[in-house]
Amino acid sequence: MRKIVLIGNPNVGKSTVFNALTGMKQHTGNWTGKTVNSTVGEYQYNNYKYQIYDLPGTYSLIPTSFEEEVVRDFVYSGDYDVIVIVCDAVCLERNLNLVLQIKEVTDNLVVCVNLMDEAKKKKIIIDLDKLSKELNVRVVGTSARSKTGLGELKEVIEDIYNNKDSVDINKIDFSEDKVELNFMEAERISNKVITYEKKDYHYKDRVIDKILTSRLTGIPVMIILVLIIFWITIRGANYPSMLLFRLFEFLEGYLTMFFNYFNAPDWLYGVLVLGVYRVVTSVISVMLPPMAIFFPLFTLLEDVGYLPRIAFNLDRCFQRCKTCGKQALTMCMGFGCNAVAVVGSKIIDSPRERLIAIITNSFIPCNGKFPTIIALISIFFVGSGFGSLLMLTGIIIFSVLLTFLVSKLLSLTILKGTSSSFVLELPPYRKPQIIKVIIRSIFDRTLVVLGRALVIAAPAGLIIWLLSNIHLNNISLLTSFANFLDPAAKLIGLDGMILAAFILGFPANEIVIPIMIMGYIKMGSIGDFNSLLDLREILINNGWTWLTALCVMLFSLAHWPCSTTCLTIKKETQSIKWAVVSFLVPTITGITLCFLVNNIVQLLGLI
Amino acid sequence: MTLNDLKLGSKGRIEKIKVDGKTRQRLIDMGLTEGVIVESALRSPSGDPIAYYIRGTLIAIRNEDSSKVICEAI
Repeated sequence: MRKIVLIGNPNVGKSTVFNALTGMKQHTGNWTGKTVNSTVGEYQYNNYKYQIYDLPGTYSLIPTSFEEEVVRDFVYSGDYDVIVIVCDAVCLERNLNLVLQIKEVTDNLVVCVNLMDEAKKKKIIIDLDKLSKELNVRVVGTSARSKTGLGELKEVIEDIYNNKDSVDINKIDFSEDKVELNFMEAERISNKVITYEKKDYHYKDRVIDKILTSRLTGIPVMIILVLIIFWITIRGANYPSMLLFRLFEFLEGYLTMFFNYFNAPDWLYGVLVLGVYRVVTSVISVMLPPMAIFFPLFTLLEDVGYLPRIAFNLDRCFQRCKTCGKQALTMCMGFGCNAVAVVGSKIIDSPRERLIAIITNSFIPCNGKFPTIIALISIFFVGSGFGSLLMLTGIIIFSVLLTFLVSKLLSLTILKGTSSSFVLELPPYRKPQIIKVIIRSIFDRTLVVLGRALVIAAPAGLIIWLLSNIHLNNISLLTSFANFLDPAAKLIGLDGMILAAFILGFPANEIVIPIMIMGYIKMGSIGDFNSLLDLREILINNGWTWLTALCVMLFSLAHWPCSTTCLTIKKETQSIKWAVVSFLVPTITGITLCFLVNNIVQLLGLI
Repeated sequence: MTLNDLKLGSKGRIEKIKVDGKTRQRLIDMGLTEGVIVESALRSPSGDPIAYYIRGTLIAIRNEDSSKVICEAI
């Protein structure tokens, strides 16, 4: 098979070129032994199969991050036939450094000047023939989004493959001086081949940036955008969640008939249907719709180019915590799912700062925690409506402040160090590719997370059912467990059943409230509570006050990460130690917070 | 003067980069080389970091680093 490598600066549409070449025939994995993404795809051209590798975005062959090291090693390995260097037509000059570097390593390369359509919109004219002559390499112009120029690219790749001479690789040790010389050459070439017909071609971006990052409007606009996303997610997920519940209920009827038909013993029916099936389906029902809405919206912001602006806006706060502004991005991802955010923390170069981002991410309430928090807000505090939105905003801001505080504490203690650099490119705003965004976010994020959650939900369902159905002296194990926890739980403003629900809810935060209800009303299996009114009655009958609700919300914000996240942390950090730390830090924080709030409120006689 | 002192919207020529280590390498890889003309383009809400146009791209740099880049206003 012919092996092709795609390489290029970040934000040049490399993945779009990759997708346009390979279509759906691709899979993502990790480079052996490294937690750096590798995407491999395939395409066929003139009856030959081409295998194509998408390398992480890189600025230079002198690595300044782990990912760039992986890229350099791959380029120097020579384990490929043709290198395709993808460049951004809008800022070709900067991209040429990498081209000039790779040109010295191998001869078998083609330069793919992508985003020609963007350049045209900005009235930037590039003379590709001249560029090819100046560089003395083959050059193809593409607009991968509209699939223009890809045929020519494939043709040139084949041509280079057929005429490739030696596979000699010059493993050059590039120096700083060399890079400076490269940039002088890049400047010379750019002046010859690029004409700007409009002087201030960045004008539109500048106007948008003024609004999105200025002192006056930057932060408010950011908060409003985030709130809009939450609102759409929460509102939009309600109905599909209900439909899924109904569907699974309906299917359960058939399952029951099936079990009855075979005269299956009660315990088997209980374990499999009331235990495993109910927990698994309720996890799907509550988890799938919000994620299927949140992640496309989030990916849309990513695609438009807004996310780096969030990092830009918030970097100062992170700088004070001696961490990296890019942590703002993993924080935002955390609102969708902490496990996804842990994977996303790869964008942070410094290992120390990455660990801090991972450990503190569970303070950010994920989709699974929102329903609990929102329900408690409307039952115990301000009802539903505008007030609840305001309080929710307050809670979100609190969780962000908590992230800052703990990040700072970590920087001063177990992860001591100064902040490394923060040099971040703010790419131009681009029109999002909506369909692609939806597909990508559903497959890459939503389904992956759901799959991981289900693997753990199934055995958890079994355990939960057993605990609530095995009785000793007429008391279920669940109740005994709750009674056992009760004294400790009371200290932090909860009760035994709440704490038991949090512990059994380890597989997914979504099932904490259902388990709690199941325990309170002594049902044998988890079910759907019908309305907030019912929930309110159940909670108040079990001794809840606004203080209990407050402590539950605090504990919900700060306790151990769900099992999916824990597993992901272990995988990403390749260390059990850091997984344990990530488990302990939020747990200890939560216990401390709840203990303080509970006791201060009671001391002051506020309740 | 240093890069972070460059007035918003004005241009300067880079004279010396006194940043060390990986940050230095990263800045140079992004096209911030001696002699290049950059423009101070965007201030974040807190005034740090500031984003500059460098060779057609917008790059955010913390003041801690940009205060170690000597430039001349033009």
